[in-house]
Amino acid sequence: MTLLSVRNLGVRIHDKPILRDISFDLEAGQIVALTGESGSGKSMTALATMGLLPQGATTTGQLMLDGTDILQTPESGLCALRGDTVGMVFQEPMTALNPVQTIGAQVAETIRIHTKASRSEATRRARDMLNRVGLPEDRFPLSRYPHELSGGQRQRVVIAMAIALRPRLLIADEPTTALDVTTQAQILDLLRGLVDDFGMGLMMITHDLAVVADMADRIVVMQDGAVMEQAPTADLLTQMQHPYTRALFAASTHRPDMPPPERADDPILTVKDAVRDYPGPRRGLFARREFHRAVDGVSLTVNAGERIGLVGESGCGKSTLARAILGLEPLQGGSIAAFGHDIATLPPALRSGLQVVFQDPYSSFNPRHRVSRLITEPFHLLPRPPEGAARTQAIAEALVAVGMAPEDAGKYIHQFSGGQRQRIAIARALILKPDLIVFDEAVSALDVSVRAQVLDLLADLCRSHRLAYLFISHDLSVVRSVTDRVLVMKAGRIVEEGETEAVFTAPRHAYTRKLIAAAPVLPDLKQGKTA
Amino acid sequence: MLRYALKRALSLAISLIVASVVIFLVIEVAPGDPASFMLGVNARPDTVAALRSELGLDVSKFERYINWITGMARGDFGTSYAYRSPVRDMIAERMWVSLPLAFYALTLSTLIAFPAGIYAASRRGGAGDTAVMAATQLGVAIPNFWFAMISVLIFAINLRWFSAGGFPGWDKGLWTGMKALTLPAVALALPQAAILARVMRSSLLDMLGEDFIRTARAKGLTRRQTLWRHALRNALIPVLTIIGLQFSFLLAGAIIIEQVFFLPGLGRLVFQSISARDLIVVESVVMLLVFAVITVNFIVDLAYAAVDPRLRART
Repeated sequence: MTLLSVRNLGVRIHDKPILRDISFDLEAGQIVALTGESGSGKSMTALATMGLLPQGATTTGQLMLDGTDILQTPESGLCALRGDTVGMVFQEPMTALNPVQTIGAQVAETIRIHTKASRSEATRRARDMLNRVGLPEDRFPLSRYPHELSGGQRQRVVIAMAIALRPRLLIADEPTTALDVTTQAQILDLLRGLVDDFGMGLMMITHDLAVVADMADRIVVMQDGAVMEQAPTADLLTQMQHPYTRALFAASTHRPDMPPPERADDPILTVKDAVRDYPGPRRGLFARREFHRAVDGVSLTVNAGERIGLVGESGCGKSTLARAILGLEPLQGGSIAAFGHDIATLPPALRSGLQVVFQDPYSSFNPRHRVSRLITEPFHLLPRPPEGAARTQAIAEALVAVGMAPEDAGKYIHQFSGGQRQRIAIARALILKPDLIVFDEAVSALDVSVRAQVLDLLADLCRSHRLAYLFISHDLSVVRSVTDRVLVMKAGRIVEEGETEAVFTAPRHAYTRKLIAAAPVLPDLKQGKTA
Repeated sequence: MLRYALKRALSLAISLIVASVVIFLVIEVAPGDPASFMLGVNARPDTVAALRSELGLDVSKFERYINWITGMARGDFGTSYAYRSPVRDMIAERMWVSLPLAFYALTLSTLIAFPAGIYAASRRGGAGDTAVMAATQLGVAIPNFWFAMISVLIFAINLRWFSAGGFPGWDKGLWTGMKALTLPAVALALPQAAILARVMRSSLLDMLGEDFIRTARAKGLTRRQTLWRHALRNALIPVLTIIGLQFSFLLAGAIIIEQVFFLPGLGRLVFQSISARDLIVVESVVMLLVFAVITVNFIVDLAYAAVDPRLRART
């Protein structure tokens, strides 16, 4: 019998259609990936399978899990199924665990609510499960609290909770999106191993096509709440019947057409032996403070028109370095100079040549200001900011430069999509025609098609503005496609530096090799397109 | 945990010292000399000087501060200017009314607020939630002395279950004492319970929207189980903060209720002492209240740490 059989599943929330006519099957021991961009209905399908749809949702169709129709099962029956027959792992491991309970108690809880196991028996089984997911007893006793673990370790705890009773079906909703590439590779390995060992079915939800291609036996491509195409992985990758599938894969491998690098020896940013310490906890009441060195003797130079990438895992000091370059963090050693001036005392007129675009396109804007005010914020750096017609002209130019309309100036930020917001953030950075922009994970939160547009925009700007930038990202493929030179950062230090292509094709440092090896890559699809 | 407690204790000691200096200075700069006030406008200067010396007012400010503080530490609060009796005894007598009243009211308010808040949160948007929210809205809006007057009217005058005011003393028995404090405690507790219930509800609702609640539901816990096992403890932090603030208020802020019920509490003592320019009593009561407030905050801090392991780790 098919483990999970979804037939014509439809979901409406307050009469708004969310899912339409979804049908697919999942066998025991099989990995089926649901993929698509945000809003495509992937997560809603998962929640429907768990019987955890939000209030006000109405369903049609059939959702048979191990012989039971989830859509017809009352809440009490669903409670008995969840955690026992079907387990779920979520996207954000940092918040998925109860902060005031030990990891042992949280894993044991799954066992205790579904079985008659005694407290000690449940604890013993929780211990076994944590061992199985790679959290051995000596380093991870059951008495640990979530805040004492890293993101990857927390995700392992969540997985242990989900598989504690060896469910027939495991649903993993973007299980590695919030994790580093090396951690991601470990978690994916773990999930694959569990599927093999337990003979579970795995419904994997992810927007990352490289992960999908690597993991899944079968791929379901979704858009706007409907299934566009589904097929066994090998067939889907080679045939790609549906235009949306082709567009999706094209966007995720998209390489913008960058203008050739300029060979100017004209340094506009010089970082020399920069050191940034954060005070740590005192060990005793009067003991000396300990320090955590986030940036440890980093030196780098950015020349005019040069495009530099900075890669490394979370916590390696990338963002701290970026903030220091912007003059937002004081240094404990070394120096940072922009346009020949120390960054801390940079005169406003020069400061205007240095701008930034942050990761989250929404939270970096004041929601109560109109776009015209948002993107003219850097004007305060000018001695005589443009007024009247000149101001309107500058706003229109900046918006047009990022592919938006001048009329958008009168709107509020919530009226735009994620990709448009990131364009507005870039418009804000561009309005003073800066020489250098720092992009701190600026495309990480975007869907692949939007990301492709933003990267194309970058290429255009390089051509028209002779822009230099520092592109900080954990996404190696993006960095590879938009930079000339790349720096690899680990634990506060630059461990490797060189021409981007050279570093990616022949990495010298072991850490760089590890990063590149861990990053999932899409198989070469060229032959697929001709087939 | 021990280091956390020590650190909080150190900050408690520093707060106390700073508070004592501030109280002393504020009372010192207040115009009016207690000795001349006590003797009246026609007193001879040498009589005033003699009384000043007797009251210990003729030494330097610093010395007087030290005398006051060391005296307090020994339990000697000085002698009331107005009544010529030891301040300690006056305060102790009032404390036996105010402290039990504050605890009584706080217990009632917690007993009302917790179930009401939890019930409302678990029935979000439903009729039960709406009813609780409407009731708490009234509770917040109506001043406590109105509750006091209405309850006297109903329970003392009409039903004759309780006396309308006064306090017979604890020597008449625990039950008699408690009975005398019941109406005042209820009047004090109702507005506090309304605030606390609202805090409890919104804090719980915040928690119920958290990711770890969804994780708990995915484990197979029912809505009710997730609320009790996962949301409640996380929701307690803001609730504890409010409870701490309310206790401080109940201890010192019950003056109107004490007036309505003719209770010999601290609030009335402070009021009378200020009118009589009995500064030493005012000083001592204020210092004592500050001590109580800071101690309650210390206990609340420890309670935070008991609830949230992340605070124990932070030193």
